[in-house]
Amino acid sequence: MTLSLVALQLLNGVEQGLLLFLVASGLTLVFGVLGVLNFAHGSFYMLGAYLAFWLAERTGSLLFAVLLGVPLMLLFGFLVERLAVARLYQRDHLSQVLLTYGLVLLFNELSRLLFGNDVHPVATPALLSGSFKLGEVQSWPAYRLFTSLSCLVIALLLRYVILGTRFGMRLRAGASNAEMLEVLGVDVRKLFARVFSAGVALAALAGMLAAPLTTVYPGMGESVLVISFVVVVIGGIGSVRGAFFGALLVGIADTFGKVLVPSVSSAVVYAVMAAVLIWRPRGLFGAPAEAR
Amino acid sequence: MTAPLLEVEDLHAYYGESHVLHGVSFSIAEGETLTLMGRNGMGKTTTIRSALGLLPPRRGVVRVRGHAVTGLRPHSIAQLGIALVPEGRGIFPTLTVREHLVVTARPGRWTAERTLELFPRLRERLGTLGAQLSGGEQQMLSIARALLTNPDLVILDGATEGLAPLVRQEIWTALRRLRAEGTAALVVDKEVKALLALGDRHLILVKGRIAFAGTTPQWRARAEENLALLRA
Repeated sequence: MTLSLVALQLLNGVEQGLLLFLVASGLTLVFGVLGVLNFAHGSFYMLGAYLAFWLAERTGSLLFAVLLGVPLMLLFGFLVERLAVARLYQRDHLSQVLLTYGLVLLFNELSRLLFGNDVHPVATPALLSGSFKLGEVQSWPAYRLFTSLSCLVIALLLRYVILGTRFGMRLRAGASNAEMLEVLGVDVRKLFARVFSAGVALAALAGMLAAPLTTVYPGMGESVLVISFVVVVIGGIGSVRGAFFGALLVGIADTFGKVLVPSVSSAVVYAVMAAVLIWRPRGLFGAPAEAR
Repeated sequence: MTAPLLEVEDLHAYYGESHVLHGVSFSIAEGETLTLMGRNGMGKTTTIRSALGLLPPRRGVVRVRGHAVTGLRPHSIAQLGIALVPEGRGIFPTLTVREHLVVTARPGRWTAERTLELFPRLRERLGTLGAQLSGGEQQMLSIARALLTNPDLVILDGATEGLAPLVRQEIWTALRRLRAEGTAALVVDKEVKALLALGDRHLILVKGRIAFAGTTPQWRARAEENLALLRA
């Protein structure tokens, strides 16, 4: 493998990892703060991609589609939380899996009903259709650089919100003792609804950004969901920082796996997860049981 | 006559099928310090949880300044000016001391600076995570956090339990200051002497019923009987 090929795969892995982080951060927050095992999280990624496809066709611009789509998905997340997920807080994980898996089926059928079984391409914005040369033969698309940088900006923004704002403090406090927060005058239901809809918007944004790279098709959320769970477990459940490094690790491992050991590439990510768990049973940044 | 700050009337509460509170009634006036005594498992914590809406009562009414709050969610009751220092202190393990002073604070007389004057020891620990504090520091922080919601009534469930003697002194001193400032308090503790020295009125709870209610002189007038009620 030439140096430029290694560099290319590394960039692709990082880019894939950063997109994965957007999905996994919401998943880990919803599990860590709300205590809900959300199988429908991949569906929000899919719905984001469909929304980007639909809005981009109408507005002629992926940028407009994102600017319009993210607030719409925030609202949609809020509705899903109020109508369905809010009923799960007092329930066990089995009920959560049943309901959120039901949502997966519902959203998949809905997307088939509205858009059919076809694969829909989404055009890369003209401004970002160029690419950078890496060495003699390889080149890296400008759009991938754009998505990577967008994800990095969002990761930094998330870091600021979680560590530097009162909302972030409440979010961390709620993850360990929501009742205490409530009895000191904080509306925990409202806090949870906001966290959930932010998670939905993040997953949807990932789907929107990924749409030109992966195309849009029914059930595209499932594989992302599974891999996001791997990221959450590697990073440590509830840890956004863990989700960041876990997603990068998974993105890079997956990309190199496909190049180096194509015959068993689908197992590489799970091997990485197993190795991390042997080394750190609670994941990279998992809190010890007594601190949760 | 103005309505009491907090009034609890004929409270009945259950954990599942077991009937824990059998018609508890009491009231706390503005600025008054009421103590709640009783052996373990007599319903002290349940009384507090019911009054605050954490365990909605099956029967009975809770009023804040004359307005019924039964059925309201706990944060709405808290926002009427009631703050809790819970059993076990309820410190957020992943938040620093400084963050505890901000996370639920509401504007008013109590500022972070004033709570740090009340508990100077916390000042040295501002960057420390809640999980790494000693029991005494956690209790001070829990009180500081409650005061920073600027409540009219502070409920302390186990003010000094499990703490070293010196730390207990510090907590009792702080509670006396609160009282002097006119903040009402409902104090649960095992130290009967300290409670009698602090409180205006006292309650003894036995098996979910009020077995004694009265002022400090009234308590002392039947000290023998009261101590018998409190002996394990």
